[in-house]
Amino acid sequence: MTLGQQILQQLINGIALGSVYALIALGYTMVYGIIRLINFAHGEVFMIGAFVGYFAITLFKFSFIPALIFAMLFCSLLGIIMERLAYKPLREAPRIAALMTAVGLSIFFQNLMVYLKWVGASPKAFPRVIEITRYEIMENVYLTSDKILTLGVALALMLALQYVVHKTKMGRAMRAVSQDKDAAQLMGINVDTTISFTFALGSALAAAGGILYAVSYGKIIYNMGTMPGLKAFVSAVLGGIGSIPGAVAGGMLLGIVENAVSAAGMSMLRDAVAFAILILILLIKPTGLLGKNTREKV
Amino acid sequence: MKKSTIINLIFVLAIGIALHLLRKAGFINGYYDHILTKICMFIIAAVSLNLINGICGQFSLGHAGFMAVGAYIAAIFTKNPGLIIPEAIAGMPRFFVALIIGGLMAAFVGFLVGLPTLRLRGDYLAITTLGFGEIIRVLLLNWKFVGGASGYFGIKPYANFLSVYVLAVITVFIIQNFITSSYGRACIAIREDEMAAETMGIHTTKYKIIAFVLAAFFAGIAGGIYAHLMQAIMPRDFSFLVSVDILLMVVLGGLGSTSGSIMAAIFLTLVTESLRRFQSLRVIIYSLMLIFIMIFRPQGLLGGQELSVSMLKEKIKLLFGRIKPEKGYASTNGTE
Amino acid sequence: MPVPVLETKDLTIRFGGLTAVMDLNIHLDEGELVGLIGPNGAGKTTVFNMLTGVYKPSAGTISFCGELLCSAEHSVPPSQISIKGIARTFQNIRLFKELSVLDNVKIAYHQHVKYGLATSFFHIGKYAAEEKEIEKKAIDLLQLFGLENKKNEQAKNLPYGEQRRLEIARALATRPKLLLLDEPAAGMNPQETQNLMELIRFIREEFDLTILLIEHDMSLVMGVCERIYVLDYGRVIAQGSPAEIRTNPKVIEAYLGSEGIA
Repeated sequence: MTLGQQILQQLINGIALGSVYALIALGYTMVYGIIRLINFAHGEVFMIGAFVGYFAITLFKFSFIPALIFAMLFCSLLGIIMERLAYKPLREAPRIAALMTAVGLSIFFQNLMVYLKWVGASPKAFPRVIEITRYEIMENVYLTSDKILTLGVALALMLALQYVVHKTKMGRAMRAVSQDKDAAQLMGINVDTTISFTFALGSALAAAGGILYAVSYGKIIYNMGTMPGLKAFVSAVLGGIGSIPGAVAGGMLLGIVENAVSAAGMSMLRDAVAFAILILILLIKPTGLLGKNTREKV
Repeated sequence: MKKSTIINLIFVLAIGIALHLLRKAGFINGYYDHILTKICMFIIAAVSLNLINGICGQFSLGHAGFMAVGAYIAAIFTKNPGLIIPEAIAGMPRFFVALIIGGLMAAFVGFLVGLPTLRLRGDYLAITTLGFGEIIRVLLLNWKFVGGASGYFGIKPYANFLSVYVLAVITVFIIQNFITSSYGRACIAIREDEMAAETMGIHTTKYKIIAFVLAAFFAGIAGGIYAHLMQAIMPRDFSFLVSVDILLMVVLGGLGSTSGSIMAAIFLTLVTESLRRFQSLRVIIYSLMLIFIMIFRPQGLLGGQELSVSMLKEKIKLLFGRIKPEKGYASTNGTE
Repeated sequence: MPVPVLETKDLTIRFGGLTAVMDLNIHLDEGELVGLIGPNGAGKTTVFNMLTGVYKPSAGTISFCGELLCSAEHSVPPSQISIKGIARTFQNIRLFKELSVLDNVKIAYHQHVKYGLATSFFHIGKYAAEEKEIEKKAIDLLQLFGLENKKNEQAKNLPYGEQRRLEIARALATRPKLLLLDEPAAGMNPQETQNLMELIRFIREEFDLTILLIEHDMSLVMGVCERIYVLDYGRVIAQGSPAEIRTNPKVIEAYLGSEGIA
């Protein structure tokens, strides 16, 4: 296997992983864009999405696509409830209060899962939804069917999101609220509904990410959301928090870098790399790769 | 020193002596002794976290990470006689020197983490410290010298009640002095309005870093105590959940209130001990508490006020009918 | 020729494609009281933000007492500018709302505190004496502004006019040479404005200040300023004494349709 082939192979693996990060990062970035909150519980939505998908397939005998849609709907609802009950009362409170609530929610969901009898603390094997076949697309460069599935679903969802944000009335409302909440309100936009919708959209994408992640890794566990959640946040910052294309680019980039580090035989440092990237980007360009400079109004 | 400070100190000293005598007389058995020591350790941790989250208005989630640094470094020094500290310093003196080295190391790491993030808006600190805590854990898991995942064993039990009580008193004394000084006011100004503080000539990044490094130092001390109390430490002792436990102490006691942090540390350590058998249920209750306090009583149980002996006296007086409200308190009427 | 306290040379700032302030040349001599007026959105507050280091200019220089303060290449953080001797108030009052009136002023004294960090940990040595001195100075200052009987109240509970006064007191506690007032009369009734005018004159004498003020209230500007710059679309369109400005056709044109000049 030549170096070129190896690089290409790792690139493919990286993009597949990165597309999952990107799906989660989109939720972070949209919520941040609209209410300036890092939703720490977003990684838990990702985890719950994977579990809902698991139960849909094993208990209700759904096939893959219906299970995916079911989990996305379930998590949208969860996102809306979370926003209404926990974040809405804190919209005018100091930012630190909402951040702490988000941390509380994250811990709550994780331990609730442990506490629930039919989930528990031990990992569960995610059912095989697709026969793993390997396609040799070039000499010594392989593409597996689960990666094709991940990439295909992720891409379809990103295109759908692009359509919603730029071509629908709700998308326009989202963009308006993220610019200026009060002005949007005066223009007759229902700010509360728009914020709830943003949470629903972000949570649905996280749920899809959770299922795709589970398909590639084969198992799910109550704390599976922590690391991918953290990394998705890094992706969002890397791409420029608040920017939708930025989240996608950041996720892909992080996936590729992580795979390169693993391939170089430093898999132990895989998790540390995301963190190092975060520090670096904050030092060099805090607005991220595609982020806009925003100024505080004085 | 102010009169009220001296009264508070005498009060604290009396409690310490009383508890010590009770131990000596055998009224407090080994188990409760252990818990008392643990309470003092958590007081150090909570009061120092309050400095960042309550006074400076920044949001750190990495306290357990700094405790881990302090714990491992201090344990390495007490377990390896002759390492850097001369062998002649042994026993308790060695423990104290090791604690300080652990604290300094934690402070140094705090500086490295804080420098790039504290220039920026508050939310980045939260996520960076969260990531930092995880990274420390991963590094420790892979560090063979301190036992990796199986833990670091055979640490001598230097952390007894008396020594840790004294350390807690010193910590509270120093941090409270800092808060009431002009430097502390500068930190509070940052919490209230960063831009206004900056235009008043306060170098906001510098003061945020000072507070953060100071808090990391004391978290390191708390970690060192933990190591010499439990006699064995492992990376999962310093998980994110520990940071959240300490965070809850600060929030429950009221952000910005040192005495509140102390009381919440006492209360929550006792609750944690009694719920030890129901780990995940306990965490569910704690996380719900965190959420409900933020939504319904963000000022915490004490509402950001400081409790002191003189204030207690005032309250007792009120109870017994001799109502004489403090000057400047009810000044909304009768001005101009 | 005496060195001006403040001098800007071709000061320019762009936000993306928008040029908010263009080639601004203003100067203030020692002890002057100068007004900066202009229609809404003319770039007045942006000028203040550049002078206090909140924004970095895209081109041009700012000199303070003959020394280069900042330029496009050399930016200085706001705290440093405050220490050099420029203090300001904000258009939308930015007090430390939850803190007491006294603490608001004490915080502004912080840059002059001489005791070190170690002293603050143990409250030893100079600590008690210096804290006492800070307290006394802060109370003296509040007395001048008639706020000393409210020193223990939370800043947010003061009536609006008193909040404005407290903000000026707080700015003075940094001991500035140059004071920038951003719409100090906003939201005040005519009587309060009249009192403010006297206050501004008084503090200039009492503290040897040079003052630059932004204002919409023409009675205040015309009544108190010795010289006026008029800004429109980020450029100075006129300057001179109140009498000259009042009759300047360019100024009348800029304001036409918005508000007449008193």
